[in-house]
Amino acid sequence: MSKQAQHWEKTKNLLFITLAIWFVFSIGIFFFATEMNASGIKPFGYPLTYWFTCQGSLGIFVILIFWFAGRQEKIDEEFGFTEREDD
Amino acid sequence: MIKGKFIDNLPKVYGIYTGGFLGFIILMAIAEQAGMSAKMIGIFFVAFTVLIYALIGYLSRTLQVDAYYVAGRQVPTVFNGMATAADWMSGASFVAMAGGIYFKGYGYMALLVGWTGGYVLVASLLAPYLRKFGCYTVPDFIGTRYGGNMARLSAVIVLTVASFTYVTAQINATGTIASVALDIPFNIAVYVGLASILMCSMLGGMRAVTWTQVAQYIVLIVAYLIPVFWISNKIGAGFFPHFMLADEVARIAELESQFGLGTVKNSAADLASVPKGLAGITKAHSDVNTTPWKFISLAVCMMAGTASLPHVMMRYFTTPSVKAARRSVGWSLFFIFLLYSSAPMLATLSKLSLMDPNLPTGIIGKSIADVQAIDWYQNWNQANLMFVSDFNGNGTLELNEFFMGGKAVVLATPEVAGLPYVISGLVAAGGMAAAMSTADGLVLAISNALSHDIYYKMINPKAETAKRLIVARVLLVIIGFAGATIAALEIQGILGSVIWAFDFAMSGLFFPLVLGVWWKRANAQGAVAGMLLGLISGTAYLVWVRNGGAGFWGVTQLTFGIVGSLVSLVSMVVVSLITKAPDSATQKMVDEVRVPSGKTVLGKQH
Repeated sequence: MSKQAQHWEKTKNLLFITLAIWFVFSIGIFFFATEMNASGIKPFGYPLTYWFTCQGSLGIFVILIFWFAGRQEKIDEEFGFTEREDD
Repeated sequence: MIKGKFIDNLPKVYGIYTGGFLGFIILMAIAEQAGMSAKMIGIFFVAFTVLIYALIGYLSRTLQVDAYYVAGRQVPTVFNGMATAADWMSGASFVAMAGGIYFKGYGYMALLVGWTGGYVLVASLLAPYLRKFGCYTVPDFIGTRYGGNMARLSAVIVLTVASFTYVTAQINATGTIASVALDIPFNIAVYVGLASILMCSMLGGMRAVTWTQVAQYIVLIVAYLIPVFWISNKIGAGFFPHFMLADEVARIAELESQFGLGTVKNSAADLASVPKGLAGITKAHSDVNTTPWKFISLAVCMMAGTASLPHVMMRYFTTPSVKAARRSVGWSLFFIFLLYSSAPMLATLSKLSLMDPNLPTGIIGKSIADVQAIDWYQNWNQANLMFVSDFNGNGTLELNEFFMGGKAVVLATPEVAGLPYVISGLVAAGGMAAAMSTADGLVLAISNALSHDIYYKMINPKAETAKRLIVARVLLVIIGFAGATIAALEIQGILGSVIWAFDFAMSGLFFPLVLGVWWKRANAQGAVAGMLLGLISGTAYLVWVRNGGAGFWGVTQLTFGIVGSLVSLVSMVVVSLITKAPDSATQKMVDEVRVPSGKTVLGKQH
């Protein structure tokens, strides 16, 4: 497999992981909204579903994007596809 | 004071600017103590900030094509994040969001999740690749990737429909705020708002819009956070509201049952006496009050719409590198998060201030006559944003007898909670900044697509730079006036048209954009079919449901993008597969887009 094909393979895998995490916190958990609110788990004292919609999911998305960017940079570096800084 | 290149001095420049703005707030506070009228404070706040933006717009004027279209591709990561956040957070986010949460609770918060989750799609599926492509506009990407004027034209059509729907709402919002703050009639205020928007964007295009948007972000976030923190501390709810309002949320739930929320219903005749646009609290604050599908379908539409709206995507064309584009999406969402995570807290504080009889500001349970005698009630009643009526005739204000407009949660809460008027002036300036920055981005997205993709790429490819930029500016003014004219007619509410814009963008552009990068086999015929059939089917569904159609799968007029984008996906795949695969040059181009290093696919000047 060429260098470029391997790079794309790894990039795709990272995409799938990123989208899987995204799916869980933007769609998946809200199938169980009623159950989560009733669960008695209370981050900072807020009802669980309420907390996810106010802060939880939103904060996870912020962290997820920075994590994704960092991982992608590593993949690019591994294959020597990093841009020159003076570009 | 400032030496060297502007870009190298950004932190210093905006540091001084922020300091100056805080100084201005303090100055206004002193003026208020010295007896300046509320009206004058409002005028000063709005006029002063708008003049600053216009000045930045003038200083950023340019005669170069790549500065006009993509700010010279040298906007640093964090600043591009701020500019995107301002571009993104519209009058709806600033003025209407906390109100929506206040009235509708959980069902409305799908918008919070959707308007943030979409950025994960932007970062992972699109932004870095479109940056590598080196395009000036979104249709530029579609036109070059798929080839042919038909694909380019279809993309321009979808872009124009979605962005124009959005921009009328934003000009409407600037008009609303300008008319309240400057005390002029709405249909004149709309054009005052338009003039301020054009001053920011006309001379410098994307470069001017970028630097005004950073300035507008600073104003809007200061204006949103100060009242939230101040009120929270004032009523003793906690010095950092985001982590400390659990007791208040629980207290609201307790008061809701004490006041008979949901058990005491108003008769139709009673409700008919309530002024149009005002609502009472009918939904519990923190309970799950809607079905999973309703919540999820709305969130999905907002997420896919985020990843298809051209005015957001084009912000990532301005970063110096692909790596910077990726990180910049993270910063954008961080800056958006600061406001979005505060909106539910503001809704909580606002509701508690009005409801809790233990607080001096609580009005539920007081006598109607007392409430009607309160100063702020009279002001906001006059502004047609608050209303009480003694339906059951017991002389006491019940929860179901108090009505408020959605905007009042942001605009009136500082006054209700007893904050000085200077804060209300600040909030007006923040709302103006939010609406202006989004309108700027949208008007520029439309006029750039028309000037670059239609005029330069299709009508007159030999046009010189000077002529291209004149055409771009003329179109900018025309689009702006068209938007303002429609806004002055006040056809729809602000929030409804914003949500529609997302659905339109999702219907026509989401899959053609994503598959352009991620599916090599996608070709021009497929993309054209995807864009046009997606847009047409989505629009047809909207019209059908609006005219009393039953709909299917629980898809409403707010989520018609689901139907549109599915049609778009299916038709794009089918048509692509039954027609010829793209030629090897196109396939090679897609390969190149997937590698961050090296030259952009399109040349520096094109």
